[in-house]
This record gives sequence, C-alpha cells and structure tokens, in this order.
Amino acid sequence: MQKLTGLFFLLVVLGAIAGCACPPPKSEPVAAAEQPKTEPPPAPAPAVVPAPAPAPAPNPLLSKRSIYYDFDKSVLKDEYQEIVKAHAENLAQNPSQKVTIQGNCDERGSREYNLALGQRRADSVKKALLLLGVKDGQVETVSFGKEKPRALGHNEEAWQENRRSDIVYQGE
Amino acid sequence: MTQFTRSLRFCLLVLLSLPFTAAHAQLRIEIVGSGANQIPIAIAPFKDESGLPQSITAVVAADLQRSGLFKLVDSGGLTAILVEPQQVDYALWKTRGADALAIGAVAPLPDGRYDVRFRLMDILKQQQLAGFAYQVSAQQLRATAHRIADAIYEALTGDTGMFSTRIAYVLKVGNRYELRVADADGYGPRTVLASNDSIMSPAWSPDGTRIAYVSFEHKKAIVYLQSLESGARSVIANYKGSNSAPAWSPDGRRLAVVLSKDGSSQIYLVNPDGTGLIRVSSGSAIDTEPSFSPDGQSLLFTSDRGGSPQIYRMPVSGGAAARLTFEGSYNVTPRFAPDGKSFTFLQRNGNHFSIATQDFISGQSQLLTEGTLDESPCFSPNGRVILYATNDGGRGILATVSSDGRVRQRITVEAGDVQEPAWGPLVKP
Repeated sequence: MQKLTGLFFLLVVLGAIAGCACPPPKSEPVAAAEQPKTEPPPAPAPAVVPAPAPAPAPNPLLSKRSIYYDFDKSVLKDEYQEIVKAHAENLAQNPSQKVTIQGNCDERGSREYNLALGQRRADSVKKALLLLGVKDGQVETVSFGKEKPRALGHNEEAWQENRRSDIVYQGE
Repeated sequence: MTQFTRSLRFCLLVLLSLPFTAAHAQLRIEIVGSGANQIPIAIAPFKDESGLPQSITAVVAADLQRSGLFKLVDSGGLTAILVEPQQVDYALWKTRGADALAIGAVAPLPDGRYDVRFRLMDILKQQQLAGFAYQVSAQQLRATAHRIADAIYEALTGDTGMFSTRIAYVLKVGNRYELRVADADGYGPRTVLASNDSIMSPAWSPDGTRIAYVSFEHKKAIVYLQSLESGARSVIANYKGSNSAPAWSPDGRRLAVVLSKDGSSQIYLVNPDGTGLIRVSSGSAIDTEPSFSPDGQSLLFTSDRGGSPQIYRMPVSGGAAARLTFEGSYNVTPRFAPDGKSFTFLQRNGNHFSIATQDFISGQSQLLTEGTLDESPCFSPNGRVILYATNDGGRGILATVSSDGRVRQRITVEAGDVQEPAWGPLVKP
C-alpha cells in the first residue's frame, strides 16, 4: 500500500511540475518580447499598443505539498505562508477540488500525544485555508502521529523531515 | 535400517524442529540488572516430573530467576527425590546457601489429569511456609508451574506474584503489524490482529477477556474492541478526525477515549458498545492519554493547556484539573500505580526521553531509566515493575524496570520491532 502511495505522490509532483495534474488556472501565451529595431532610432515611434497582460502562469508553489514544523509545535511558520496561500487560491478557484491534510510527527515521545499533535498540525493548515476562502467541505484532515515516518533515521535531519503536514489532492 | 524406520526418524526430526520455529516468534526476556538482596532458593526436581509433557520445575525456576529477586541454588546431586518434609536435610541446604527449598511430586490421575503438589520449606526456621495441591490437565501444566512460582514469590516477598499474567504488545516487521498476547514469560504468543497499517494503544479490560486498541486499517485512527476468546470485533469510536487512547474504568463498564471531532483532541467517556458518549475535558488544547485511578474517581491525563505537554489530574465527572508535573517541558503518558499512590510517566530531559515515577503526596519524582527513546510505560498488576518500550541500536524492544530502579529486563524478538506493551490484569484461576 505504501508503494502505491509513494507512486501517487510521485505522479502528483510530476503532474504539478508539468502543470497538468491540478486544475490549472487558465494560461495564455506570454506576449512575445518586442524585436529590437535595426534602423537608427527615429523620433519617438507611434505609440505601440501594449501587449495584453499575461494571465498568471501555474503557481510553482502548488508543487510544494509539505509544511514543516519545530519540535512539539503546530504553528504555521512564516516561510510556509506563501505555500498555503497558493493552495488556498487554487482551491478557492476550484470549489469542486478536495484535499486531505495529513499531519505527522517525529519518532520521539508518546505515540498518543504525537497523534494529537499531528491532528492539530493538519487542523491548523485547514484553518488557514478556510480563512483564505476555501470551503470547509473541500478539506479533510487526518493524523498519522509518528506512525508513518518518511525518514527513518534517528537524528535531527530525519526528525525534521517527519515533523510535517502534507497536502494531498484527491483524485490525483 | 528399514525404509520405514528411516521415514519415521525423518518425521520425528520434523516434529522436533517445529517448537524451535515457534520459539523464534516468542519474546526473549533476559535479566540485565538484579535486585539488591536476592533470596537464595533451591527448586528440587519434583517426583515423577520427568515423564510429563511439560516440565514444572524448569518453568518455576525460570520465573523466579527472571524476577531478579531470587538466586537459584544448586539442587542437583540428591540421593533421593524429595517429597515429604521429613526427608529434608536442612543442614545440607544451609551449606548450599539456600534460605528456602521447594519440593514436590506429580502423580497421574485415572481420568488422565495430574495431581501436582508442592511445599515451600524455610531452611533457617526448618518449617513449611506454603503448600498446595492441584488437579490439572496436561494442557494446564505450564499454568500450574506459574501458579507455584506465584505462591513461592508471595510467601517469600509478601507481594502478589505476576507469573500467571499475560502481556499484549505490537510486533512490527517491515510494514506488517501484529497485535499479540503472550504469557508474561513470553511463551505462546497469539495474534489478536494482523494488519498492513499501524496498531497502537492496546488496553486490557479489567477482567482480561477483552482488549481495546487503535487501528489505522482505514487510514485514520479508530478505536476497536475485541474479545480475546471469540475474536469478535466492534468499533468503540469512529468519529471525524482521530479516535484513540482507550482506557478502561476499573469496573470495566466504561472507557475513556480521545476524540478530535469537536475541534481539538479531547477526553470523552463511552460505553464498550460505543453508546453513551460524554465529553469530560474542556478547552481547545490537546488533552489526551487518560488513565483511571484504581477507585475509578479521577483521571490522570496529558495536556498542553499550559503551553507544553504536562500531566494533570481531574475528577472523572469533569471539572477543574490540577497540574502535577513542573519539571521540564515534556511530561506525558501518565499511568496510575495499582495502589493509587504514585504514577509513572515519560519525561524529556534534553536528548533523553526516559521513564519516571512520581509520588502523589510528596510530589517527588524519580527517574528510573536513562533511555533516549523510551515510551509507553505501564505498571505490572502488583505495581512492582514498569514495562515500557524503548530502542536498542535502531530496533524497537521492550524493557522492564522495578519501581526501585534495580531490577531490569530486556525483552526482544528475533526479527522486527516490539512496541506498545500493555500488562494484562491478575485473573483468578
């Protein structure tokens, strides 16, 4: 089962990078840059109609699906606000799209307390999304506590990797 | 050698090899620290024991030795099998250094059962301390040996013996999880639940017939109840979010559980059939890991309402909670001692997550282990020993430490990790 989950995750990431996995905002060709004139610069040229403003490209932040935490903390750190915002905008624009936020913890300490901490990590990402206009029905939360670590070492590097919420898009 | 004899020998070899395979799946328990003053005891071979399918004195001796409180004295080289008190040569046993001697006899009964009787003799006072007789089936011989060890333990230490109890634990091999129940000496493990997803927090019903636990088989934490006899399962709690931390009230009529359905992890009471849900804790912090007092009137629990996870106590009916731990920033997993006078818990000190106990009246706490990745402490039913999970070179193992910190055991399996232990209750035979 874990292999399939990993495969899904890989596909999601690849799809997001390719810009076709999540419902993308409309993209239009960016206006071509003006060609440099080879003639000597004349008097000010007639006004050039400005190219239409390009529609927003798929937000690269949408490919980022993981938020990391300090030990025993569930607060959303500043460096992850933009990621949450990107997903919130994406979800607000696509109200039929659903996500599950999965909360995780590092291996240290109580299994039950970590289950609750993972739940609060997931729930606080959800709260942030709702505040930014996402509908309650679009976001599920689940906690795996310390039961499904991504990194298996017994050091700070592994622990940091496991103190994590993952945003998982349903249907991918 | 005829063809028949050859194939018979082959069959015997195969049969004899089977117990070894089973043994690999068993828990292996080793003493790594013994008591301060071990009681020297000799266990004399029981009369007619050698014909039995299951040795009695070997199990008795192993039980007593494994407790860390006894030193086994050489009981070999006897000229006659001892059965009656008048046969005991007290001077001989005194020379060998024994304070106590167990003697006994086994006799087959006409109905196929066995009569097993033993006496415990005080070498110094030259008198009998205890004596029992049992009529048991062949299947009950091992259990009878444990009862004899209990009787000896109780006569010589004054404490209730734990040798007839069982423990539950989770075995993890790769991505395979099994909730198992085995005898307290690790013998005879039975699988209660096998799963491709995590199982945690096993909790024995007070009468030892049922076990509650948390399973992730549906990709979230759900509390289940299972009968150990029939294997029948039911759901105790499956609400939105996480459902976990089952803890039985001492009368077995309700459980405390932790649900996140109302916005944060909070403590509720529920009937074993899932009905009658009542919220007990209040607030929006994490409140979890409830543990009932022996009188059923109060709960210990972990809460981070004060900013960091600490241990609190509150009435079962809810209401004001009193904070109990004030050292350090991480005190979790409280478990009442069976006599209600203290509790054990997990404490973080720098890089160490270690097991401690705290006395209710004095408020004094004592660190019992120096582990870095200890977790899940629980008391033995007689309150003398704490069983917990720990990590040894990257492998999950179990361990015990006596409440005075002296006697230590390591509990391992051949392959995989052992975690989430729960010591079963004392059950009347």
